Amino acid sequence: MSWPARLVLHDLACLRGERLLFEGIELALAPGDSALVTGPNGAGKSSLLRIIAGLLAPAAGRIERDGSLALAAEAAALDAERPLRAALGFWARLDGASEAALDEAMTAMGLEALAEVPVGWLSTGQRKRAVLARTIASGADIWLLDEPGNGLDAGALERLGAAMAAHLAGGGILVAASHQPIGLVPTCELRL
Amino acid sequence: MKALAGLVARDLRIAWAQGGAVLPLVFYLLVATLLPFAIGPDKILLARIGGGLLLTAALLAALLPVERLVAPDLASGMIDQCVVRGIGEEAIGVAKLIAHWIAFGPPLMIATLPAAALLGLDGSTVARLELGLALATPGLAALAVATAALTAGLRGAGALSGLVMLPLAIPLLIFGAGALGDGGVGATKLLAATSLLLVAGAPFVAGAALRAGRT
Repeated sequence: MSWPARLVLHDLACLRGERLLFEGIELALAPGDSALVTGPNGAGKSSLLRIIAGLLAPAAGRIERDGSLALAAEAAALDAERPLRAALGFWARLDGASEAALDEAMTAMGLEALAEVPVGWLSTGQRKRAVLARTIASGADIWLLDEPGNGLDAGALERLGAAMAAHLAGGGILVAASHQPIGLVPTCELRL
Repeated sequence: MKALAGLVARDLRIAWAQGGAVLPLVFYLLVATLLPFAIGPDKILLARIGGGLLLTAALLAALLPVERLVAPDLASGMIDQCVVRGIGEEAIGVAKLIAHWIAFGPPLMIATLPAAALLGLDGSTVARLELGLALATPGLAALAVATAALTAGLRGAGALSGLVMLPLAIPLLIFGAGALGDGGVGATKLLAATSLLLVAGAPFVAGAALRAGRT
């Protein structure tokens, strides 16, 4: 992390079709800060994360961001027929992450025993853990986690909590969208 | 650049593993095998129309894997993850174009040798056909990638792809067929120009389509 990471949202609004999902979102996060986005289904939690990630254009407002991004979305983006280690390795190479960093991230999510299992054979929770491991290995300054607790068992939730705490302690920024508790004590909560 | 090479390598691996690279080749050879049965063993006739028919077969062969080029990556979130990492949609289009061409262009040119033998084409026609294919296949790959991006996520994308892509491929066919005849230098140059135009334009079309299709 070469510069202090920063994420500021100014008066952000999101329009999906004819529907205004949210407007006037203000958020300022400095290193070590985290935000928890909550709200009922369809409130626009995922859309907000996709806007921050630059995948969607906001209807109004702007985003200031310093630092690299990692998005852990609902879609795993892992090749189903490849072994887990190789599928994650593809992204690790793109991210410029070392093999050791990837191994460490896989251990942090308890995936070391699944390294040679094809991604298509993994369960929902295991795939979610793989996505989180990719996020950890990426070494990105800003994590965007979309429903990170989905499908995770108690042990995995604990691992997720530890990973998030380590990221924040290292000066990272985190924005998580979740409708369930994920073991995060956020700096601020954003209710949509 | 490194990211681009990684994406190309991944696409090639998938094309190979899922048979996407073999299918066009088998199709192409099948056309060359079936043709003499359909129009009879008239050697002169076959030699006259064989080159053009192989070009048409190459065009259709390029279209075969179109549904597998972009749609699965869009559905799996692969393209989103690339974009989050700062890899532009156009760069993704370039990577897909290169990978698709490597997977079907050179294999088709090699398969042209047995196919030409089956149709009894003479040496000079084969040479011109190979040159024509070398120039036309990058254009065909570009068209296929642009079409794949435009139709990704739509129902019945396969049938629609044909309707989108085939009319746009007409110039390639006309100049390709023209290049087969005697004194086809002008047609060869026009074929190269058309192909170049498609290769240059396709990544932008694919990029715009990927951006517009994102939800």
